[in-house]
Amino acid sequence: MKSNTLTIIKKEFARFFGDRQLLFTAVILPGLLIYIIYSFMGSGIKKMATEGAEELVTLCVENLPVSVAPLVDAIPAIAVSQQPVSHEDIDKLEDKNLNVVLVRFPEAFDETVATYDPQSGVAAPNVEIYYNSANNASSRVYHMLEGSLTAYENQLSNRFDINRADSEEAQFDMASQDEVLGDILSKLIPMLILMMLFSGVMAIAPSAIAGEKERGTIATLLVTPLRRNELALGKVVSLSGMALMSGISSFIGIALSLPKMIQVDASGMELNYTVSDYLVILLIILATVLIMASAVSLLSALAKDVKNAGTMITPFMLVIMLCGLMPMFQSGASENLTAYLIPFYNSIQVMTAVFAHKMRWIPVIVTVAANVVYTGIAVWGLTRMFNSEKVMFSK
Amino acid sequence: MNEILRVEGLSKTFKLTRKQQQIERTDRKEIVAVNDLSFTANKGEIFGLLGPNGAGKTTTLRMLATLIAPDKGDAFIDECSIVSQPEQVRAKIGFLTSELKLEDFFTPNYLFEFFSKLYGIEPEVIAQRKAKLFERFGINNFAEVKVANLSTGMKQKLSLVISLVHDPDIIIFDEPTNGLDVLTARAVTDYLQELRAVGKTIILSTHIFSLVERLCDRVGVIIDGRMIACGTLEEVCDDMTIEDRFFEMYKEVKGGEE
Repeated sequence: MKSNTLTIIKKEFARFFGDRQLLFTAVILPGLLIYIIYSFMGSGIKKMATEGAEELVTLCVENLPVSVAPLVDAIPAIAVSQQPVSHEDIDKLEDKNLNVVLVRFPEAFDETVATYDPQSGVAAPNVEIYYNSANNASSRVYHMLEGSLTAYENQLSNRFDINRADSEEAQFDMASQDEVLGDILSKLIPMLILMMLFSGVMAIAPSAIAGEKERGTIATLLVTPLRRNELALGKVVSLSGMALMSGISSFIGIALSLPKMIQVDASGMELNYTVSDYLVILLIILATVLIMASAVSLLSALAKDVKNAGTMITPFMLVIMLCGLMPMFQSGASENLTAYLIPFYNSIQVMTAVFAHKMRWIPVIVTVAANVVYTGIAVWGLTRMFNSEKVMFSK
Repeated sequence: MNEILRVEGLSKTFKLTRKQQQIERTDRKEIVAVNDLSFTANKGEIFGLLGPNGAGKTTTLRMLATLIAPDKGDAFIDECSIVSQPEQVRAKIGFLTSELKLEDFFTPNYLFEFFSKLYGIEPEVIAQRKAKLFERFGINNFAEVKVANLSTGMKQKLSLVISLVHDPDIIIFDEPTNGLDVLTARAVTDYLQELRAVGKTIILSTHIFSLVERLCDRVGVIIDGRMIACGTLEEVCDDMTIEDRFFEMYKEVKGGEE
């Protein structure tokens, strides 16, 4: 009995170590994926942390307490100006191009805090910090100051508050609702769309090409007068169509669930997207699905069978995931037009811009044109593969 | 008789992967599958390529069907070159091998129409041909049954029918009775004879001597990719049975090894 168990174990290991692809997928790839994704995320986080770090921010402080002055001085790249903070100053912060943070301390802050009794039931002294989250530099200084003050507050056993909203109208982040909502959506939705499209393509393409090779049905087509380029184009277009249906279904799901997901009713925010915004998203989905179906078709044609196709497509999936994660680590879409020549990355950038209400037509046109050209090249490559006996009939 | 197929010095070499070298127990980096093969076939005859496994029969037929390209030489089917006019060649031939499969998901009706459209056949002609071929092979009752649910014999018959949707003048069958039950095998061989009777040319490969004796007007014996003998059965057999004559030739080529 024992020896039989050992025999089975040996056989399983022989099978495992004898299959290089399985070994790669099960042992090498997970570590490689984690290394690449985490490294990428690390550099993204670093980039985020340093974004706007070089831009000088004017920090206008009213009633700067002596105890807090060293904390303010520790913030890099700021010009401190001690002055009263007026309502007009606060309103001006709605302009996201202003690198300004306004701080209002209560008068005699240090003395009030020293004598304040948290058990008294009286509201604690409140420090008001006004900023604009749509401005990276303003946002950076706000977060640094808020962090330092929170630490100081903890040292003092919560003897003051920061940005306590005493009324419903109180607003400290002066970015518009559209900008705030757009920022959230532009980081989330493009990635979701890309992943949905990819799962749609993955569900269909390997079976349609590698599966046909595996089942021997592709050879039945190849002995007919059907031209190889007709076959390649037919495959890519039909797969794109099917994946598009899957993508549109996901898109409708996202569109319907979005207000619930971000609690639009509760937050009072509104989705201010126009018909042309939605049309651009659909256009980008179409262009993306074309290039995605083409790329997966090429890999599937190279694969011997569906399982092999899955292994070959995994690194490609990694690329898609990385592109999808990009908006999380960048502020807004790329300004560099050549970036829109990079497939998948370009789609993500355009979608990011649309959701952030910063859509420009030239990147949209470049993205669609580039993806159509790449699809054409992929169809040509697929035609060559259908013509290649080595690719089509190798075992 | 009118010549419809002319094969001129066809050659094909395959590179061996390391894995294949291990399987073949050889250090050779390539293997010559077909070596300077030449023969002709005439209209209205059944031409058999006879040889053991690995002799190069299937490679030859796959080259004729334009699935793989020859390294050297050419073949002309109704004066169309397999090298320079592969699409025209494919329109003229029907090719069937057990390696070619039909999509399990579809029905015989759908597949017949699908492949007919690929050959550019008019809708009314499709209906006529389908009725005739389905009737001949007893497919009518299964016309709306998915291929996945058909018996192996019925699948084979359907594959044969699909390869004939465009009524080709030359039909290339690789091992036509391989894996068939006796009834289906008989139906297929009977049909090949019917096709010959209406002037179609059939090129088939086989290692079954009885099939050659029963069906073939002319035969080409292939060993190690080379054509060892070619002619009518009488010319090739030299008063011997085809089986005895084949083994005699095999010994001559292989120097006594079997």
